[in-house]
This record gives sequence, structure tokens and C-alpha cells, in this order.
Amino acid sequence: MNAVTQFVPASLRQPRADAAATDCLVRIIGLEKIYQAKDGNDIHALQNINLDIQPAEFISIVGPSGCGKTTLLKILAGILKRSAGDVIMLGRPLTGPSRELGVVFQAPVLLPWRTVLQNVMVPVEVQKRHRGEFEARARQLIAMVGLSSFENKYPFELSGGMQQRVGICRALVHDPSFLLMDEPFGALDAMTRESMNEELQRIWSESRKTILLVTHSIPEAVYLADRVVVMTPRPGRIVDIISVDLPRPRLLGMQTTAEFGRFVARIRRHFTSAGTLDT
Amino acid sequence: MSADSKPLNRLAGNLLVSLTTFVIFIIGWEAAVRGLGISKIVLPPPSAVAVALWESLREGELHWHLAVTLYEVLAGFLVGSIGGLVLGFVIALSPPIERIFYPYVVAFQTIPKVAIAPIIVIWFGYGVASKVVITATIAFFPLLANTIIGLRAAPQDQVEMMVSCTASRWQVFRMVRLLQALPYIFVGLDVAIVLSVIGAIVGEFVGAKAGLGYLILQKNFNFDMAGTFAILIILSVIGVGLHGLIGIAQRRIVFWMDMAGERVVGA
Repeated sequence: MNAVTQFVPASLRQPRADAAATDCLVRIIGLEKIYQAKDGNDIHALQNINLDIQPAEFISIVGPSGCGKTTLLKILAGILKRSAGDVIMLGRPLTGPSRELGVVFQAPVLLPWRTVLQNVMVPVEVQKRHRGEFEARARQLIAMVGLSSFENKYPFELSGGMQQRVGICRALVHDPSFLLMDEPFGALDAMTRESMNEELQRIWSESRKTILLVTHSIPEAVYLADRVVVMTPRPGRIVDIISVDLPRPRLLGMQTTAEFGRFVARIRRHFTSAGTLDT
Repeated sequence: MSADSKPLNRLAGNLLVSLTTFVIFIIGWEAAVRGLGISKIVLPPPSAVAVALWESLREGELHWHLAVTLYEVLAGFLVGSIGGLVLGFVIALSPPIERIFYPYVVAFQTIPKVAIAPIIVIWFGYGVASKVVITATIAFFPLLANTIIGLRAAPQDQVEMMVSCTASRWQVFRMVRLLQALPYIFVGLDVAIVLSVIGAIVGEFVGAKAGLGYLILQKNFNFDMAGTFAILIILSVIGVGLHGLIGIAQRRIVFWMDMAGERVVGA
């Protein structure tokens, strides 16, 4: 934990370093991202983002297009550089991609020359983990999302929803403690989406992973999350963090209750006031 | 159409159309030559070409020339495409080498190979070697260009996916870029194999002791038009055959491209 104490600015060192060492899984402090546009103007994609994520917490990030939510996720995944600020990821300063991370992308991003099973095994191969041991796990995950009979099929033989489920298995195969999901269900039809939401809740409650889900669906965010982080664009910033204290396990029918509606309304207000409603 | 669900039926249908067109074309040609009384040394009738083809296939002489040209085509194709492939990899992986060498490569490509063929014959002699070199210089560029483009064709999201699970540069190359380059490399091979046939013949025209190009010159010299046409048919059979072989290899190795296409059409 020495690295952490050195990394955090002196003024914040005492309390923050302790928190990072104990209960806090991810700590984001004053994160900024500025893109250089082609016309020479800077685009302030993320402004002063501060967020603590606890272990086994389910966080949803909602916001309209262009609010920087995907940018934030890519920075946490270690595939995009930040312009300023500190991120402590799993007890260490963030320097790049981590083996302890699983990422689900907007598109399934499967490799077309690999079968379903071979696609799910990509992280295991990349990280040179024990193949036999993780192949059994890969098969279990594929069975869990109902694709057992498609193990040896190629992506072009699968529907979009099936491909996305393969993408989720791939993010989980190496048993990461932290799962980043970037609008994973955006391309799915409403019914598949609801069943995937139920599935995700089950995966989360059984495995007790920490999940950060980026979505533009307010009901989806409320249904799944312990806390909903609300972001607005230009510049991308956090305007509200709402704790959703609805009991678990949550049922899909819960979405029609008044209590659920109050959470949705509170989030939606941020967007109507900003004139950027897109849900 | 119910034919859509039966690829075999569709294939048979296509074959029938091609065959009918071919037969009509041949009959029209034969009728035109006979009806208009065109001289045999201007345009031979298909029947005369067929006879010439049959006789030259029966004679042992043609086999030797055929073997020489085939050897030149295949050896030149192999040397040229392997060279293009290797330099393509080096250039794609190393921007400094690209900046230093690529302008020369492009400059070399703009020179018509027919124009340098006489020089190559002087350097490498009238034998097979000069034809292999000429063919190789022609087969080289399609492979080079397509390998460079192919190795840079990997979609950004696939690279990001690999990096997000801690893939090294080498792993991204081996597991994604290399495979994404394969369809492009096959396009290069296909272009190169057809150009290789042209390369060998051009080399033989400039100066040779054997080969189908040499034979064409001889027959032309003797006003044996039907014989020349017969050799042209053999050449096109070689070209189509080699193109077909590349196609078979492509469908086996880059199977996912074909299937993706089929899905869009069939969906």
C-alpha cells in the first residue's frame, strides 16, 4: 500500500490512503479528460469527476450521449489516458489495463475466426492462465447464458443478442473482481434486454463482483444499481449520486411501483432541466 | 424464389446460362468466319482452333513448353509474393522503414515491367531465370500493398478489447492483426497469380529458348493463327485454374469472410 500513499496528494493523504487500503475498491479523485478536436478547440469530456466505489457494489452511470460516460469507463479500463486527476484501482494507482478487470463493450466485439468457446477464452490465453481449469469455467458461463449448444459455433452463426451474451462470458471468464459494462444491452430488443438485466442481477448477487454499468436507460440503471451516478454533458460531470435502497432481489414487476417511479423521476429531472432528455 | 434455399440448384442454373452463352458464341464465330469468307490467317474458325489444340496436346513438344512456362509462373509467383509479404510485414510494423523505403518501392512500381524486361534478360540470360525474375517483380507489389493495408485493417474496438484484457503488442498482432490481414493478403495473391502468367509470357516474348510465349512467337511467325489461338486457350486455362486454386485456399482459410457475406445476402 506504499504506492498508494506516495501517489495521493499530500493534503489528502491521511484519510484517503486509509480508505483506499481498507474498504474502497476504486477511488476517482478530480479526474479530467480533455480531447483535442481537429479544429483546434478542446473538448472537455470529463470535468472534476470524484467517485468512490465499494467492493461488491453495483454502480450505474446514466447520462445522455456525449456526457463522457464511455470515456470514464475507458479510462478505468486502462485503455484511455486521463488528462488530470488520480485514480486508485483495486488499491493501486491506475497505470493501464488490469488482470482483475472484465470489460463488456457496446458491441459484442467477437473475433470472427474463433468459435464461441475460443472467444470466451481470449482473456485466459492473453493472461496465460491455466487453460484446462478456465475452460471448464468458460463452459459453465456459456451454459449460464443458455448457449451450451453454440459452444463450437462461429459468431456469424449467432444473433446479435447471443453475441452480446458471449461478450459477457468473455468479461467474466478470468473471474475478475471488477466488471465494467459499457451499454452492454443497448443494441438488444426490449424483451431480451429485460431478461439480460435479470441475468446480470443474478450474476452479481451470486458472485459479489463489483460492477460499473454505463447505460442511457434510467429504469435499467435504477433496477440494477445500489447507487446511480447521474452525468450531464458539455462538460461531462457528475450532477447527482442517488442511493437506490429498493430491496433485493429485485423483480421486473417492481418497475411499475410508485417507489421505483420516484427514483426514475428524480434522475429524469436532471435531464429535463438540462434540456438533454434522451430516454 | 425457392431457388434461394437450394444453392446447388442455383449453381446448376448459373452453369447452364454460361454454357448456353458459350455455345451460341462459338456457333456465331464459326458462322461468321465461314459466311464472310474471312481468311484463316486473320481469324481462324473455332473448329480449326480446336483441331490445333488437340494436335498440340498430342505432340510431346507442347508439354515441354507448358512445363517451362508453368515453372516460370509458379517460381516467379512464389519468389515475388514471399518478397512482397515479408517487406509488407516489415513496413507495416516499422514506420521508420516505411518512410525510408516505401517511396522507392512506389517509384519502382510505376516503371512498366515490360520496359525493364530486356534489361533483366541481359542480366539473367535467355534461360528460365530471367523470366522468374520478371514474374517476381510483377507479383511482388500486389502482395506488398495488400499486406500493409491488411495489417492496419484491424478494427479499433477489437484492439481495445485485446488491450483491455492486458494483451501485449505482440499478442494483439498475433491474435488479431495477423488474422485481419489474411483476407487482404488473399486479394493480393489472387491479383499476383494472374499477373504472374502475364509476367512469364512477357519475359518469353523479350527473349527465350522455350515456353508458351516463345511458342506463340514461333507460330505467329509461320502465320499459324489457329495454333496461336490454341496456346492462348491453354494460357487462359492456366490463369483460371490458378485463380481457382487461390479461391479454394481462401475459402478454406478465411472462412469467416465468406460466411458473413452469405449471411447478409441470405438474411
